[in-house]
Amino acid sequence: MKIHQLSLFLENRPGQLVAPCRALAKAGIDIVTSSLADTAQFGIFRLVVKDWQKAKQVLEAAGSVVNVTEVLAIEVPDRPGGLAGVLEAFDRAALGIEYMYAFTSGQRGARAICIFRFEDPDKAVAALRGSPEVRVVESEEILGK
Amino acid sequence: MSETISDCPGAFHPSSAPDYLPIRQLRELQLRRLRAIVARAYQRVALFRQRMDERGLTPEKVQKLEDLQALPFTVKTDLRDTYPFGLFASPMEEIVRLHASSGTTGKPIVVAYTQQDLDVWASVMLRTFAACGLGQGDVIQNAYGYGLFTGGLGAHYGAEALGATVIPISGGNTERQLMVLQDFKVTAICCTPSYFVHLIERAKEMKLDFGRLRVGVFGAEPWSDAMRARIQQDSGIHAFDIYGLSEIIGPGVASECEAQEGLHIFEDHFYPEIIDSATGAPLPDGSEGELVLTTLSKQAMPMIRYRTRDVTAIIPEQCRCGRTVRRIRRICRRSDDMFIIRGINVFPSQVETALLAVEGTLPHYQIVLTRDKGLDQMEVQVEVTPEVFSDKIRALEGLQDKLARSIEHTLGLRVAVHLVEPRTIQRSEGKAKRVIDRRNI
Repeated sequence: MKIHQLSLFLENRPGQLVAPCRALAKAGIDIVTSSLADTAQFGIFRLVVKDWQKAKQVLEAAGSVVNVTEVLAIEVPDRPGGLAGVLEAFDRAALGIEYMYAFTSGQRGARAICIFRFEDPDKAVAALRGSPEVRVVESEEILGK
Repeated sequence: MSETISDCPGAFHPSSAPDYLPIRQLRELQLRRLRAIVARAYQRVALFRQRMDERGLTPEKVQKLEDLQALPFTVKTDLRDTYPFGLFASPMEEIVRLHASSGTTGKPIVVAYTQQDLDVWASVMLRTFAACGLGQGDVIQNAYGYGLFTGGLGAHYGAEALGATVIPISGGNTERQLMVLQDFKVTAICCTPSYFVHLIERAKEMKLDFGRLRVGVFGAEPWSDAMRARIQQDSGIHAFDIYGLSEIIGPGVASECEAQEGLHIFEDHFYPEIIDSATGAPLPDGSEGELVLTTLSKQAMPMIRYRTRDVTAIIPEQCRCGRTVRRIRRICRRSDDMFIIRGINVFPSQVETALLAVEGTLPHYQIVLTRDKGLDQMEVQVEVTPEVFSDKIRALEGLQDKLARSIEHTLGLRVAVHLVEPRTIQRSEGKAKRVIDRRNI
């Protein structure tokens, strides 16, 4: 159910993002999805990769500070009101969102996938059991076996 | 504390006997040596004789220890102005060793030793190691730099005189330091505290522990009590503060004992005074001021009332370890480390203490001073560590804010705190450079 997301600390300077990406490329690690949060002084690069343990090692060896968090991938119907419907379900389950980002995973269809960071992912999974319209995507579906 | 004492066997070493002299006997010894050294300097060092003559003083005027207070000071620039050999009191045939300090501006300063001076030096370093609980059977990794810097060779001969096993690894090459530390079953290490913090960090990354290491003998730069607490907690060793300076002899001027409540000055060789650094007036024991030292036995280069620029106080009470030689408080700052920003005096150690008060990690930090439209700005850069890093922006902004507030609380000054990536602040293998001043004053 839960997916391991890696976060990297970056100083807000030109060229800072390329170094970790190059390190992953060299190690043959594919980035499934990512997002970049920024402030005036620093950024946090969050990414989902196929082999997070190996990626963490590679990034730390390259000198990065890496944080591992569990996030949920949730299917969102690709139509007007799709995301609103999912968010309403979170509301009913009294779940606050820390942050989210969206991605598509290869095969184009009628559904999109969004990564959601909840304070407590286990509580979120349990709370969403009563919401049939929200489907939490298994990690194998996006990361493969 | 009792744990500290029992953990350090600290077998009494015969060479440590002067540490325990009855006070009256110690003062008599000091006076006898003082009179001899003042006479030697007067006869053999032109600058000192000239300054004495200007004041109408002769060595015979020194009848008791307090008479020292009338004698002229010696300052660092005297060593530069008489470069290289102007303050030597022995002919070159009697001088067996020269050291020099890395001068940050212009010429270095040169210091000299006769064989007797080297013997004294080894004996005070031996007493230093004994006070840190070391003895025969200890394996000491000496990571102070060998060379013109006094740290390496000073610690080396003291450790050999002690009868310990010395590994003269010198500074640098962190991976090799950690390998030797493990493989050679090292029990004690000598280096600067900031370099040991670097070793802790690398050991963590390499997933190594410190094996049998139980004692750190740290000196050559000021460090705070908070830093010591963190070092001891993170590495599981006892971290002792030692003090010395090349102008006086090198390391071995003063050392902590197992009580870790101030540093015992080996005052049978180095006579301490505390003065008001603005007026030069002597201050009573217990008052904070600038430490002034007189070498009582140094033959090649006697220093009379040398102004160290280090700020401390003499602790009047006798230490519970039983040593009778007086203690000075740990030196957390030098009067010339201080910088002034917007009229406020700031010491880097205050910033360090404020940072350590916030997060449970050893900070690598740097203070950058700039001037923007005539107004001084102070920025503190702090490296992010895995322990404090979060995937949430507000957690990191909260951390920056907490650090800034802690500094503001300590200094009464609003400063900018910037988190920076790990290993972006330059590591030093000797003394840490904490302040970058770009104000071009």
